[in-house]
Amino acid sequence: MANFLTRTRGKERLHWTDWLSYAYLLFGVVVMFGPVLWLALSSFKTEAELQHYPPRLLPYIQKTEKIPGYDSALPIFKVTKGALAGQEVAQVRRIGLVAQVVRPDEPGKLVKLPIADRKPVEHVALATSNYVKLFKRFDFLRFLWNSTFITVVATAITLVINSMAAFALSKYAFRGRGTVMALVIGTLMIPQTVVLVPLFLVVRDLGMINSLWGVIIPGAATPTGVFLLRQYMLTIPDEILDAARMDNASEWKIYWRIILPLSAPAIAVLAILSIMWRWNDFLWPLIALTQSKFFTLQLALNSFRGEFNTDWASLLAMTVLTLLPIVAVFAFLQKYIATGIATTGGK
Amino acid sequence: MADLQLRSVTKAYGAAEVIKGIDLDVAEGEFCVFVGPSGCGKSTLLRMISGLEPISGGEVKISGDVVNHLGPAERGLAMVFQSYALYPHMTVRQNLSFGLENTRTPKAEIAERVGAAAKMLQIDQLLDRRPKDLSGGQRQRVAIGRAVVREPRIFLFDEPLSNLDAELRVEMRGEISRLHRRIGNTMIYVTHDQVEAMTMADKIAVLRDGRLEQFGRPLDLYNRPENLFVAGFIGSPKMNFFAAEVASGALKLAAGPTFALPEGRFDLREGAKVTLGIRPNALKPAAAGLTLTVADVERLGGESYLYGHSPDGSAITVHSPGQTGVEPGTEIALSPDMAEAHVFDADGRSLRRH
Repeated sequence: MANFLTRTRGKERLHWTDWLSYAYLLFGVVVMFGPVLWLALSSFKTEAELQHYPPRLLPYIQKTEKIPGYDSALPIFKVTKGALAGQEVAQVRRIGLVAQVVRPDEPGKLVKLPIADRKPVEHVALATSNYVKLFKRFDFLRFLWNSTFITVVATAITLVINSMAAFALSKYAFRGRGTVMALVIGTLMIPQTVVLVPLFLVVRDLGMINSLWGVIIPGAATPTGVFLLRQYMLTIPDEILDAARMDNASEWKIYWRIILPLSAPAIAVLAILSIMWRWNDFLWPLIALTQSKFFTLQLALNSFRGEFNTDWASLLAMTVLTLLPIVAVFAFLQKYIATGIATTGGK
Repeated sequence: MADLQLRSVTKAYGAAEVIKGIDLDVAEGEFCVFVGPSGCGKSTLLRMISGLEPISGGEVKISGDVVNHLGPAERGLAMVFQSYALYPHMTVRQNLSFGLENTRTPKAEIAERVGAAAKMLQIDQLLDRRPKDLSGGQRQRVAIGRAVVREPRIFLFDEPLSNLDAELRVEMRGEISRLHRRIGNTMIYVTHDQVEAMTMADKIAVLRDGRLEQFGRPLDLYNRPENLFVAGFIGSPKMNFFAAEVASGALKLAAGPTFALPEGRFDLREGAKVTLGIRPNALKPAAAGLTLTVADVERLGGESYLYGHSPDGSAITVHSPGQTGVEPGTEIALSPDMAEAHVFDADGRSLRRH
C-alpha cells in the first residue's frame, strides 16, 4: 500500500509529471476538503468571531479577565498608542469611538481611549458554546431522533422491498416481466417535483401528514434500488437456486439464505445511497412535516435561517453534527462496495 | 432406493418440442447414463426428472408413484450440477448441512451424516473452508457430498466432470463408480462423453434430438447398435461407414471391393442400398481389399491409428495394435473382419436379425 502510494515516475528524483500529479491531487484535496474544514472550524467560532472582517481560518477567542468591582469578566485589549502604549487594559464599556478602560492593577481608575488605539488580545481556542447551546436552547435530540428514525426505518424497508422486487424480476420468468421492469425504469424519468402535489394529496388523505411514516412510506420503493439490485442478482447463477430447490429450500428461504447474502455488495451500496438520500432529504419532509416536534435535522437547520437574521453559530454547529453520521456510514460500509463474492462458488 | 419410470414424457417450449416422447425404465440400484450430442435434450430430461423443469406431457414415476405434480424437494432426489453450484457464502459444512436443516433434521443427526459423508469423500479436513478456497476436484467432492448427506432415493448427475482436467476426470470417474457400488442407490448420470458412459454405466440411454435412440447395456450398444446414430456415437474412435449395395448376399462397396457377409445374420434384400459399418479395430492390413490413402498417422507407442480415405472419399480410421511402419501419403490395402460388420438400411436402421 505504502509502496503503491509513493510510486513515482522519476526513479531518483521527482519527474515533472510527478510534481504535476502532486499539485493536481493537492488542488483536489483543497477544493474538496477545504469547505468541510472551514465549516468545522467555523462551528467553533463565537458569534463575534463569525462577524469578524476579514474572516480568519482558525477560531480565535478574546482574552477576558475578572476585575474586582465588575460583575462580569471584561475583555482585555492591548494599547498601541498614547501614554499606556504596550500595556494590557480591560474594557469596561464603549461609547461611540471612545472606549473606557481600566488597568487590571488599578480597577478604580477609568481611562478614556480612542478605539483605534487598542487591539484585542486573542488566542486560538475552540468555542464549544455553540454546541452546548444546541442542546440547551433547541430540542436537538428530538430532531436527531426524528432524522435517525426516518433514515433507519426507511432504509430497512427500502432494502427489503427493493430486494424482493429485484429477486422476482431477475430470477422468475413470468408474463409481463419486461413490461414491469420497463415501468420501474420509466419512473426514473419523472422528476419528484412533478408528483409532489398528487403525492401530498394522497398522503394527506391517508392522514399521514405530520407523521414520520408520511415521510418514510412514499419513498420506500425506489426504481434505482430495484434496478441496481436486479442487475446484480442477474449475475447469481441459476444453478445455485436450483441446487437450493433440490435441497428442500422454500422460495422464501432461497431469498433469505441465498439471494440476500450473495447480493450483499449491491445491498451495501443501496444502503449507503438510501441512508444519504433519507438523511439529506429536505423537500418532501418540508411539505409533510409542519410541526416542529416532527422536524428532521435538515428542517431544523432551515428554521435557523430567519427572514431578517440567521443564527450562524447554531447553524454551523448543527451542520457539523448532521454531517457526522453520513461520514461514519461511509467509513464503515465502503469496504463492502468493492468486494463481490457471488461468482466464486461455481467453476 | 427407488426405480424410475418415464412414460411418453414430452417437453415443449411453446411450439418447439425438445423432448418428443421418451419411455424408459431404470431399475432400482442401476447406474444409468444419458448420453448424446449437445442439444439432444439429455439435461432437460434430467431436469424434468428432478422436478426443476415442468413436464409438458406423459408421466414420471418414482417407485411406481406418479410425481409429475411434486416439486423438486418432495421427490426425494439429489442432484449434482455441472458448475457444482455450491453456496459461495457458506462453508463446506454449511453447504453439506443446508438441505438437512431445511427438512428439520435434528442437529446431532446432521452432524453425524455430514461427518460420515465428508469422511467417505475425504473432505473432512476441508469442512470449515469456503468453496472459493477449494480446488476443482475438492469442489466436485463437496457437490457430491451435498447429494450424499441427503440420502436421496435417486442421485442425478448433470455433466459433473466436464469442468475438470483430463487426469482428475478419470480419477473422479472411478470415485463416482465406487460411490455407486458402496451405497448402491439408483443413479442417473448425464454426459456427452461416450467414454464416461461406457466406463461407468450399467445401462446407457442414447438420446438424439429429444428421442431415445437406444437403451441398453454398454457392450450391447457397442456390439449391436440398433441404428446408424448409435453405431457412430458409441465407441472411440468412431465406426467407419461405407456406402454399399447388396449383390448376391455379399456387399459391393461404392469404393470398389466386394465383401461376403456371415450367413443369415442380416436381413438383406438384393440390390438394396445399405451402409456397412466397420469399427477401426476390425480393419486389418491385407494383401488386397479396400484401398486406404493414409493422410495421417498417430503413434501412441502401444497402439497406432491411421487416418485417411477410401477411393470414393469415405473417411477411414484404422486402429492397429503395436507400432506401425506406415507413413502418411502411402496407400495400403485393408480387409475388414466381416464377423464384426454392421449393416444398416437406407433409413439408418440395423438390418441385423435378433
